[in-house]
Amino acid sequence: MITDLVREYHGAQHLAGPILIVEGIDDARSMEMVEIVSPGGDVRLGQVQETAEGRAVVQLFSGSDGLHLPDLTIRLRGRPFATPVGREMLGRVLDGLARPRDGLPAPVPETRVEAGGTAINPAARAYPRQHIETGISAIDGMNTLVRGQKLPIFSGNGLPHDELAAQVATHARAGAGEEDFAIVLAAMGVSHDTAERFRDALEGSGALEQSTLFLNLADDPPIERLITPRAALSLAEFLAFVHGMHLLVILTDMTNYGEALREVANRRGEIPTRKGFPGYLYSDLASLYERCGRIAGREGSITIMPMLTMPSDDITHPIPDLTGYITEGQIVLDRDLDRRGVDPPINVLPSLSRLMKDGIGEDETRADHQDVANQLYAAYSEVTSARSLAQIIGEDDLPGRQKRYLRFGEAFEQRFLNQPRGEGRTMTETLDLAWRMLDLLPREELTRIDDRHLDAHHRPQAGGAEAIGRSADTGRPDGEE
Amino acid sequence: MSEDVGIIVRVSGFVVEARLDGDLSISERVWVGEPRLAGEVIALRSDGATIQVYEDTQGLRPGEPIVGSGQPLSAVLGPGLLGNLFDGIQRPLDALKASSGDFIGRGIETPSLDPERRWTFVPRADQGAAVVAGQLLGVVQETELLEHRILVPPDLGGRLAWLAGEGELGVEDRVAVIETAGGDEVPLPLAQRWHVRRPRPVGARLRPDVPLITGQRAIDTFFPLAKGGNAAIPGGFGTGKTVLQHSLARWSDADVVVYIGCGERGNEMTEVLEEFPELTDPWTGRPLMERTVLIANTSNMPVSAREASIYTGITIAEYYRDQGHDVALMADSTSRWAQALREIAGRLGEMPVEEGYPAYLAARLAAFYERAGRVRTLGGDESSVTVIGAVSPPGGDFSEPVTRHTQRFVQGWLALDADLAHRRHYPAIDWLGSYALQADAVASWWTDEVGPRWPENRRRALDLLQEESGLQDLVQLVGPDALSDEQRWTLSGARLVREGFLQQNALHPVDAYAVPERQALLLDLLLTAHRLGRRRLEAGDPLDEIQRELDLSTLIQLRQEVPNDALDRLRERRDALRTELDGLDGESDGAAGDHDEPDEPKEDTREEEEGA
Ligand SMILES: Nc1ncnc2c1ncn2[C@@H]1O[C@H](COP(=O)(O)OP(=O)(O)O)[C@@H](O)[C@H]1O
Ligand SMILES: [Mg+2]
Repeated sequence: MITDLVREYHGAQHLAGPILIVEGIDDARSMEMVEIVSPGGDVRLGQVQETAEGRAVVQLFSGSDGLHLPDLTIRLRGRPFATPVGREMLGRVLDGLARPRDGLPAPVPETRVEAGGTAINPAARAYPRQHIETGISAIDGMNTLVRGQKLPIFSGNGLPHDELAAQVATHARAGAGEEDFAIVLAAMGVSHDTAERFRDALEGSGALEQSTLFLNLADDPPIERLITPRAALSLAEFLAFVHGMHLLVILTDMTNYGEALREVANRRGEIPTRKGFPGYLYSDLASLYERCGRIAGREGSITIMPMLTMPSDDITHPIPDLTGYITEGQIVLDRDLDRRGVDPPINVLPSLSRLMKDGIGEDETRADHQDVANQLYAAYSEVTSARSLAQIIGEDDLPGRQKRYLRFGEAFEQRFLNQPRGEGRTMTETLDLAWRMLDLLPREELTRIDDRHLDAHHRPQAGGAEAIGRSADTGRPDGEE
Repeated sequence: MSEDVGIIVRVSGFVVEARLDGDLSISERVWVGEPRLAGEVIALRSDGATIQVYEDTQGLRPGEPIVGSGQPLSAVLGPGLLGNLFDGIQRPLDALKASSGDFIGRGIETPSLDPERRWTFVPRADQGAAVVAGQLLGVVQETELLEHRILVPPDLGGRLAWLAGEGELGVEDRVAVIETAGGDEVPLPLAQRWHVRRPRPVGARLRPDVPLITGQRAIDTFFPLAKGGNAAIPGGFGTGKTVLQHSLARWSDADVVVYIGCGERGNEMTEVLEEFPELTDPWTGRPLMERTVLIANTSNMPVSAREASIYTGITIAEYYRDQGHDVALMADSTSRWAQALREIAGRLGEMPVEEGYPAYLAARLAAFYERAGRVRTLGGDESSVTVIGAVSPPGGDFSEPVTRHTQRFVQGWLALDADLAHRRHYPAIDWLGSYALQADAVASWWTDEVGPRWPENRRRALDLLQEESGLQDLVQLVGPDALSDEQRWTLSGARLVREGFLQQNALHPVDAYAVPERQALLLDLLLTAHRLGRRRLEAGDPLDEIQRELDLSTLIQLRQEVPNDALDRLRERRDALRTELDGLDGESDGAAGDHDEPDEPKEDTREEEEGA
């Protein structure tokens, strides 16, 4: 339904935050786009949320300061909110509503599409099975990213999630080595500083030409944030499924997005659920994240990496929680690892890539990949138990098995998780390094790995500790089980 | 039948208010607005109706027409359901794709079952005879395995005035005419309709005492499901609900599987769609898709159709049950369905009671799980619908309303634990927090069919885990040095049960699925090894020597090394351990029956079957 039947009305009756009520209208269409024109010519955009005989409830997409109700012209556009899309938009910096922000003239769109998008028919999807090398061992080795996956980064204030995302984006692009790889960034409520850093990182790696930045910054109207990711995803969908490109979409910061949604819902007097968020937060987030994927018979793909800062590092907060329920895994950053200088500070235990299983193995990465990942997980969780035991009885009194795990844990964090910024590791480097970590454990402990892989790769080290040159209990022989 | 009955006066999201000049009934299927969107009447007033619309209402405005259908929201039930993928209101997604492309269009009318397709109908009733509800009229071989029985609908009976002869029929073709007591002639098409919100009647409800074998050790051996029982799988995100539901859909020994993807990921349905046609049913060797009906109303599809998807699914399940088949239904996730209820209630301005949920949440959950059951059908067959619902508690908080109420109504509780999942202990079924009320009822099946030691070994394994938990608390207080060697060996035994039995890698070709006999043997083997170790400790052997010689890590790996068709390897190993144990065993531990073969059915203990 894209008919351009424009109607105009004068004056509005009620305004509360971003919600405008116009009376005397009988024919507003649900979700129709609205222009609110002030006498000076200032135009703001909105959308019909509710329509009834004699009344329309309009939600504004920009601030409402300075609006004088009796003087307004309400222009109903007869079609839903549409956003420009086209190849020309690559290389551009736009605002949260897809208008130029880089001082250049507006890009000429190939077409305009409904920003809200339409659900991909599950029968039309193709299951994603091709891995993307990110250069980060904790991701590639243990939480492999797959083309067409939605994999968020759960972070906290002050943790280096922006750096991680920029590194993933630039490495993924280099690895793709193709002209048809593009990056779309939707920034919602982030600081100028953050936006600049992303821009610089993309520019530094030469990726800027193949990127589009949609920036709604911290001092832009929060309400625009509801459109920003939709405008960005519409472009991504067009490039992926019409032009056959491979898209990496970074959405940051979803917490700001969710808060904007909450604000509007509360203004509309909707029944709040957890932490005041509306009951449809899940469906709303899904309407963004599910735009990810592959379609059978089409070339392109959309990979989405949403980023969010967990309020008070609380993973049960509705935004990370519902995100985790929708996305295909999550990469969780950890303050404690960060404090201990592990960079990127990825806590692998709560991290997960649900699509990994189909994107790795003999044909994609290496035959031992799944077993190695399973074993690293099992071993690292032993580290956690050993550490909590060490806190009670002291490290010195730990049985040998637990001591060994402490050493493994130390090496795993400092050498495997930790890696110099900007230095991406290849998949082979990551897997080989993983084996060197497992060398610190005796073969009996490696119950998750097939014998043939153990025979091929495992080189147990009697003294384990020397290999890493650090550890408090180096002097003690590891003895009994 | 379809006529204008009123106009739209208000549109708010998927809820539309209408002013009526014609008649509508509650639950009636309607077409809304110029694009003729699918909708259902959910409230009626003297001059108006509230309608929930199953498609995106974008573009609707006051004044557009409402068209009635005279029919409640119904499922279309007939041959052709199997192997199909439908949305929440039973539109075939393939057909939608053919008419609107890769993205789902709106206002598309597609028949649920392909009217062009021909089925060979074979009559099995006598023209002119008196027939009752549920009686067999004839059959259609729907797939290689499944005989689709065409029955007299549940609410009908009389004289069979006419019955089609053997031949090719389409689902819309007439198959019979029934003359009712009142003299009406009711023509029956091959495919029938049934109001999805109304449970299909049964002859009698029976006690569910036959296990639904799933091949999942933690379920079959520890927390068994019964055919006709119900269970919930609560767990935070990433704890393994979907993988477990997929495993159940794959491996369960049901005749028909109905899988509802309710408000979850599109890719998960695609995965099933891509894999099930390639996978064969272990019980029959046929492609799994031939016994499966998929319903996908993913998280980005309209929320009101998500609410309907559960009812569409369970109605299809009941329909196959009425034909005498054992049906298993998986719903992933019932929490998304409950949220859809909440959203609808919110749009209607209903009073929320807890976390925004309406007061009838509990009643709706109860009514849904109640539709599970082992029954005697109207036609006299015994059959079942087993319902297994995933529950997604916000923040992993099991005290939230949906989880809490669900727990009141289900017999099986497979609680998934985030901590286990983080440690990659899969399936992350928390053995201390889970239970199966059906366990006692199915015990006699196990002792009869598999071996007499099932109840005892199950109990022992659970006890070991319980003891482990107590010892761990102790270690946390005083450190591991305080443990005696016996206690340490108990910890080793618990580890054998956890890692060697409970853990089951759904992605591993050998591990993913274990037949009952293999489960029983493996557990018996592990427990025998543990007993042997204990006996040797008692005899004064040092613990580390025992640990080395029994070699826990090879025992742990047996689960993925010995496939279903090489059980002799387990048996030999177990027998060797047992011989050794017998050598040491003077008298103690020797409870009677201790050494009964677990793998040979005992003929004499079958209990009387209990009807109702
Ligand atoms: N039995 C299992 N075997 C192997 N991996 C599993 C198993 N159960 C869960 N997993 C892993 O856990 C991930 C999350 O499981 P999933 O069922 O999608 O969780 P949920 O539905 O609870 O969010 C899967 O992608 C898989 O990697
Ligand atoms: Mg799931």
